[in-house]
Amino acid sequence: METKMRGADIVVRSLIAEQAELIFGYPGGAIMPVYDALYDYHDQIKHVLTRHEQGAIHAAQGYARISGKVGVCLATSGPGATNLITGLADAQIDSTPLVCITGQVAAHLLGTDAFQETDMMGISMPATKWNIQVRHVEDIAPAIAKGFFIARSGRPGAVLIDITKNAQVDFGEFNYQPCQEFRSYVTKRPISVPALQEAAALINGASRPYVLFGQGVILGKAEGALKDFLDKSGIPAASTLLGSGALSEDHPSYVGKLGMHGNYAPNLLTNQCDVLIAVGMRFDDRVTGDLSRYAKQAKIIHLELDPAEINKNVKATVAVLGDCKDSLTQLTALISEKTYPDWMAKFRTLELQEKEAVVQHDLTPTKAGLTMGEVIHIINRYKADDAVLVTDVGQHQMIAWRYFNYKKSRTQVTSGGLGTMGFALPAALGAQLHDYSRQVICVVGDGGIQMTIQELGTIMQTKAPVKIVLLNNNYLGMVRQWQQMFFDKRYSFTELDNPDFIKLAEAYGIKAQKVGERDDLQEAIEDMLIHDGPYFLEVVVEKEDNVFPMIATGCSVEEVRLH
Amino acid sequence: MKRYTIFVITENFIGLLNRITIIFTRRGINIDALTASESRIPGVHRITIEVTVTEETVIQLVNQIEKIIDVIKAFHHEDSGVVYQELALYKLPVSRLDGGLEKIIREHHAKIIAAEQDFVVLELTGHKEKTRELLELLKDYGILEFARSGRVAVAKRMLTIDSFVN
Repeated sequence: METKMRGADIVVRSLIAEQAELIFGYPGGAIMPVYDALYDYHDQIKHVLTRHEQGAIHAAQGYARISGKVGVCLATSGPGATNLITGLADAQIDSTPLVCITGQVAAHLLGTDAFQETDMMGISMPATKWNIQVRHVEDIAPAIAKGFFIARSGRPGAVLIDITKNAQVDFGEFNYQPCQEFRSYVTKRPISVPALQEAAALINGASRPYVLFGQGVILGKAEGALKDFLDKSGIPAASTLLGSGALSEDHPSYVGKLGMHGNYAPNLLTNQCDVLIAVGMRFDDRVTGDLSRYAKQAKIIHLELDPAEINKNVKATVAVLGDCKDSLTQLTALISEKTYPDWMAKFRTLELQEKEAVVQHDLTPTKAGLTMGEVIHIINRYKADDAVLVTDVGQHQMIAWRYFNYKKSRTQVTSGGLGTMGFALPAALGAQLHDYSRQVICVVGDGGIQMTIQELGTIMQTKAPVKIVLLNNNYLGMVRQWQQMFFDKRYSFTELDNPDFIKLAEAYGIKAQKVGERDDLQEAIEDMLIHDGPYFLEVVVEKEDNVFPMIATGCSVEEVRLH
Repeated sequence: MKRYTIFVITENFIGLLNRITIIFTRRGINIDALTASESRIPGVHRITIEVTVTEETVIQLVNQIEKIIDVIKAFHHEDSGVVYQELALYKLPVSRLDGGLEKIIREHHAKIIAAEQDFVVLELTGHKEKTRELLELLKDYGILEFARSGRVAVAKRMLTIDSFVN
């Protein structure tokens, strides 16, 4: 059945057709017709008004990462649209499915420097998987259909759809056709059988094989396939930052985390394995350290969906292109059942070294000041198994990631590739709004929270029961750590004079508590987690603690330092 | 470093060329020449890019180009793998013409394609080395303007566009 309706209604009806239930945004001149239409459909699609467009897009990212659905956000033209750029770049580098719709000045004004006109196509191009400008009402629905398909299929990413105001107010036919495929875009490739056989032969002949898994496992819904593969193969497996949660940390094959501030054994032993099996990860420089000294002794098997990632950073001996759920499943059938007790023991020995040198000081400190690690340690004790940890960027991010006990998939939200400070608070809001009943814990530093602190207002308005844990050291801690280690302790512009965060949270009607003593910490965390509603817990931590282990820039993974 | 020709078979959409060129910009790579035109198939465009890089880099560039949603196919060849041609125009002042020019035109198989009161325009098609050689000779004739097209090329490989476009 075809009916004529306003372009703005077509926008909203198309979003509903794509099962968008919750969207985030901020109104303004060029998007007002769409906001007007939203008024009519409020029973079918919910909209959350954030306090800044950056908040809207990070919230959409948090929502997408937890739900596995496409995050949607709306903004007006000009500054509204440019405020989305950080989020677009963040979503694109972390493969988060996102569709952003921006208003644009009327088509006849394009290129005239009209009020709130900006070249959104040009500006967003390097930060999106795909973008399009819609200037005619009849092109709205096909653009949205194509945008959702592109955002969620293949390697997910960020899509921007810029719609001129005339297209929003003109009348057109609405007959929604979801997009399934188009000729220039390959989303599924058959797995190469010879490549699989070659990979299986390498694995079966290996004496020190090692699996590195990334977010591709989560995006490809391959958690079960990974577990089956590891159960049968007995190969030790380590996680990247964004891969955390893809495998329960209680699994016997799990050996820890990779990267600059990952665990000691997983980094060090990368240069001792004989076959390296990378699953759904892209050999980011924070994982590899110095590439010229990275796993040179090993044969590399790379299971990856995105052809552009093959041989980009690390040359693969065998590349298995395709969905890692398929490739892992087929590979599992081809490998023999094995265990590697001596090889596994190496991981466990080094793990003990890390425990003695780092972990016990972090988790059960004897000195007076509180550590970030002990806060996470206590959270672990009281959190739900499916609790979501949302972190910002910096020392607290690395510490929280290191010590949070990941048991389930899609329990981790952080800005990995882009390292966006200010990400956590709005992302936690988005994650929480996907499911009010889920425990969402937002761990954030005193620097990052102040970049998007206005979103406390959105938390107030939505009553999203986010548990905010502010780890306050009155420093931009990670930068300060680098200044201490590599810039001769010249603490250039990293110390912060902070506001009274408790008063601030309370001004937003959020229950708040500040803790500075070890004796009060456990009870405060318990209070927070059982509280019905949003909660703000400020923990004053040691000012000058450092995150270890660490692979300094330019160093090899085997040069990982414990102190 | 070697000279490569990158072929890009694309949909004919607004902004696509921009998406392709920012791949080069981001990596600080200069495009030597670029031409875009329609192909044999309606709605399908072909872009030919000439670039001087290492083999490793050209592979990365092609992978990134092919990752663009509306790009149908991208591939690269060394000079030996393509038949290519460039076109050059030379604008000369009439006041400087003399008998020597006839010899130059004949020897280089150049053509006079325009003659006006004050100037003539020569045309030469050929590889860069050849058009550059003529440019050097014409400097003695007070050359006013010189313009050279990007490379237009076809691959020697017997694969046709149809095999990429369904």
